[in-house]
Amino acid sequence: MSVPPVVPSVPYLSVFLTFARNSLVRDMTFRINFLIECVSSVTWTAMNLGFYLLIFHHTNQIGADTGWGKWEFFAFLATTMLVNSLVQAFFMPNCEDVSELIRTGGLDFALLKPIDTQFLISLEKIDWSSFANFAAGLALLVVSLVRMTARAANPLDLTPTSVALYVFYVLCGVAILYSLMISLAATSIWLGQNRSLYDFWFYITNFSRYPMEIYDGRWGRPLRWTFTYLIPVLIVVNVPAQIIAQPIGHDSTTVWPLAFFALFATAGSLAASRWVFQAALRNYRSASS
Amino acid sequence: MYARALTWWTILRIALAERLVYRGDFALGTMMRFLPIITQIFLWYAVFQARGKEQLNGFTYRDFVAYFLLTMVARAFSSMPGLASGIAGQIRSGEIKKFLIQPIDLLGFLLLGRVAHKLAYYAVAVVPFALVFFLCRDFFPGWPSLTAWSAGILSLILCFLLGYYLEACMGLVGFWWLEISSLLFVYMLFSFFLSGHMFPLDMLPEPWHTLVALTPLQFLAYFPAAVLLGKIQGWNLVIGLAAEAGWVVFFIVLSRVLFHYGTRRYSAYGG
Repeated sequence: MSVPPVVPSVPYLSVFLTFARNSLVRDMTFRINFLIECVSSVTWTAMNLGFYLLIFHHTNQIGADTGWGKWEFFAFLATTMLVNSLVQAFFMPNCEDVSELIRTGGLDFALLKPIDTQFLISLEKIDWSSFANFAAGLALLVVSLVRMTARAANPLDLTPTSVALYVFYVLCGVAILYSLMISLAATSIWLGQNRSLYDFWFYITNFSRYPMEIYDGRWGRPLRWTFTYLIPVLIVVNVPAQIIAQPIGHDSTTVWPLAFFALFATAGSLAASRWVFQAALRNYRSASS
Repeated sequence: MYARALTWWTILRIALAERLVYRGDFALGTMMRFLPIITQIFLWYAVFQARGKEQLNGFTYRDFVAYFLLTMVARAFSSMPGLASGIAGQIRSGEIKKFLIQPIDLLGFLLLGRVAHKLAYYAVAVVPFALVFFLCRDFFPGWPSLTAWSAGILSLILCFLLGYYLEACMGLVGFWWLEISSLLFVYMLFSFFLSGHMFPLDMLPEPWHTLVALTPLQFLAYFPAAVLLGKIQGWNLVIGLAAEAGWVVFFIVLSRVLFHYGTRRYSAYGG
């Protein structure tokens, strides 16, 4: 007679809250360091903002007739900041460690725990200082939206629906980036080590930081297609930013089909990353233990 | 004299051999480094489209693409990954003792190490660079004039020396601070935006343009690229090269001063 395996029900939420509290305690132990991290990441963002101010010193929109004027684009930029800071707060510190866990054999301990391994190694640490950038992004978003709703010509019509959809699609964006990141991290199980993870991540997400309309022409179209449908990083910021800043859009035929596709892209990315992670785990040969 | 030359030659050879071990990684890494430029090029193309005008402060869209590619060359000369943090790390760990005991000069030794690194790097990177430049040949206004060539090469050599001594000075601050990561962050932040590899510095409105021109940062990327592109000519070229050489001399002297006083202060931390 076979005994069904005992699967204890794990209170995932309370485990997550414990992780969050532990990380906060750790961050607060080194308070000055925490403050410096907050200040430096916000300074970096401020410099970036300066760069875009420079661009809008020379032009009044990005791309001919795309609708990405100064404040629309700043709402876009704010969305990038929100999505990236969430990914950096919750997933980046953990995914960076995966390679090390595998090289040293520390993953054994994660596998032994009676909890989903992917959950454990994705959320164990939370980088609270990234919320400084989240706050900066939120402030920039509010300023941009106020400017757009208050202007005389072509004011923005902000509805509760668009705000709710915005929040929803920002979370979708975070989910897509997380899927990409954990998949990349899982590849280090095969490769033994993957130190260029961060580089590769930077190069790919670099494409997501601009309105997709700029990828046009003979070279741009294939790029846009690849990063929308194959590796859906262009959807991450573009969909929520378009919903909040250009709800009717310059070309209303493209926003909503894309938003619809984003649902599939999110579900697909999550499923694919889960599959990659588990396939990689099956190949794990515990090291140095 | 001969023995001294032999010592330096041996150091250079060892460093070269060490660097060539990872040539595959080099070549791939170099290709990857062109990727962020792609988005920059698309972004500026969109800006030119929206403006509907040919020129932007003397730069056409083609100039922009050529400029970005040339800044890659300049940065291949001026970037010194890990130099400052390496020096500070040696001070902190006490490893720097070996330079104080042995009759080898720290700054000279590290300079040769970097020369070897760069030589090995160019030997491998010339292939991906040539490929990218060949593919993008239509964006260039033609081969630079003889003056632009020679001034460009001179400014690249100076930009290597400037990059080296500037970073070395920051590393030597480690004698006082031990941990210099916050200083390095500030430096990286400013050099990222103000050395000119995000945009040609001519785009800056006044007074920013003048202020940035007063810093040595522009010589790390903007100046050599603009010279090779033929954007800086006549007296401006002469003054620019003189200023670049002046900054190099300044940082050489500063590094010697820092080293001199630093070693007086040094109290051999670590084991």
